[in-house]
Amino acid sequence: MGMGSVEHRNWKAIVAGVALAACAALAACKDPVETRREPAIGPKDRGLIAIKRAGCGSCHEIPGLDWPSGRLGPSLDGFDDVGLIAGQLPNRPDVLAAFIRNAPSVKEGSSMPPMPISEAEAADIAAYLYGLDHD
Amino acid sequence: MVSTMIDALWGWPPPVLDPAGPYSGKVTTLAWSLFGLGAFVTLVVVFALWVAIKGPDKWKAKLGGERAILLGGVAFPGVVLTALLVWGLTLTASLTEPIHGDEMRIRVTGEMWWFRVQYLDPSGAVVMEDANEIHIPVGRPVVLELESADVIHSFWVPHLSGKKDMIPGRRTLLRIEADRPGEFGGVCAEYCGRQHALMGFVAVAHEDDDFREWYAERNERLVSAGLDITRQVESSSGSGTQGSERSTVTRTGAGANTNSGQQSGRTLFMQSGCAACHRVAGTEANGLAGPDLTHVGSRRTLGAGILPNNRGTLIGWIGDSQSLKPGNRMPSYDMLNADELEAIAIWLEQQK
Repeated sequence: MGMGSVEHRNWKAIVAGVALAACAALAACKDPVETRREPAIGPKDRGLIAIKRAGCGSCHEIPGLDWPSGRLGPSLDGFDDVGLIAGQLPNRPDVLAAFIRNAPSVKEGSSMPPMPISEAEAADIAAYLYGLDHD
Repeated sequence: MVSTMIDALWGWPPPVLDPAGPYSGKVTTLAWSLFGLGAFVTLVVVFALWVAIKGPDKWKAKLGGERAILLGGVAFPGVVLTALLVWGLTLTASLTEPIHGDEMRIRVTGEMWWFRVQYLDPSGAVVMEDANEIHIPVGRPVVLELESADVIHSFWVPHLSGKKDMIPGRRTLLRIEADRPGEFGGVCAEYCGRQHALMGFVAVAHEDDDFREWYAERNERLVSAGLDITRQVESSSGSGTQGSERSTVTRTGAGANTNSGQQSGRTLFMQSGCAACHRVAGTEANGLAGPDLTHVGSRRTLGAGILPNNRGTLIGWIGDSQSLKPGNRMPSYDMLNADELEAIAIWLEQQK
């Protein structure tokens, strides 16, 4: 009985020690406090916010957006690898931004309507769509 | 505000414990009291547990005695729960008080999966119909008559009041009131089928002047359509004459920036079958199954609080509503081409 109780205590001490070490290891993984702030949001984050605000998902499947995921327009997955925007325009960020804001003005007869999106937002959305690089 | 709007459903997650009016304030008071009392009881139970396991023998004996059981197990819960019930019912009784003055009346009907909104005059007649958006003046109680067209739904706009079930075959009452202007998200809070999670609405509280202006704009729209909500109860011949006069003026005004899409959009709307389910006041579209589209162009959202309202989302919804909200009662109009979809969307945008 006496022996058993000592062994039991040792076993407890080992478990406690391992747990403490694990906690210490986990704590060491965290960045130092002063760098653990919310990172300032960049163009890509703003792009996704603008995509949600304008409702682009009503017609397009957009990576990073679970819902909505409309099928009326083409999927925008892997946009950095797309050859021509809407099968006609060179796939450059400035052209894409212009297309996003007012498609018919860049490509006559485009079935995508002008969207209530500012120039800055359009640039952010283009940055978001190009930034989804799967390669 | 922005973050609630961009995440799928307007007003999701529900902003609880953040009252914007007296009725919601009462619910919040009750909620905090229950949390507080619950925390206190939890502490007492944990302490009793500690005594039972590790406490001194004398305390253990007391805890296991008949006296402790009678006091802590019977008297305390009996008194506290009874008091809570009485207090809670008294506190929230005003939420369901019927009309006793000149309160504004709105009937809201839950349908799978959207909210039909009907503004009523003092006699209870419907003067204006809308969907998924409720406009109220700040600082005035509004009595909602809640009904259901199919299954049980629950009306919940956490900023403005408590939850209330919408029960088929029954009318329930709920009061809402805002003490500041703003846009407050609401949701269906009772599982009602596949798209329950995408059934929301927006409550918009206006300052008095703004509200009057909003009401006047709506009225003008209905007058131009040959209806007059302020003259609803008067003789039909008088209001009819005035209606047609004003109608000419409004249509001429709108004609200045009309493009050829307007007429074809309207024609397409009528010819494609939209009018079988949707009503647009002043046109032959008089369907009652779906949301009234008389004011669709002025709404903040589409699809029951789920999408922003612009030409692009209108096109997406009309052409492909089944991808966006699978199982909803509106079929995807994928037999229409892009030009036709856009023409209908442009016409709907103009229905303010």
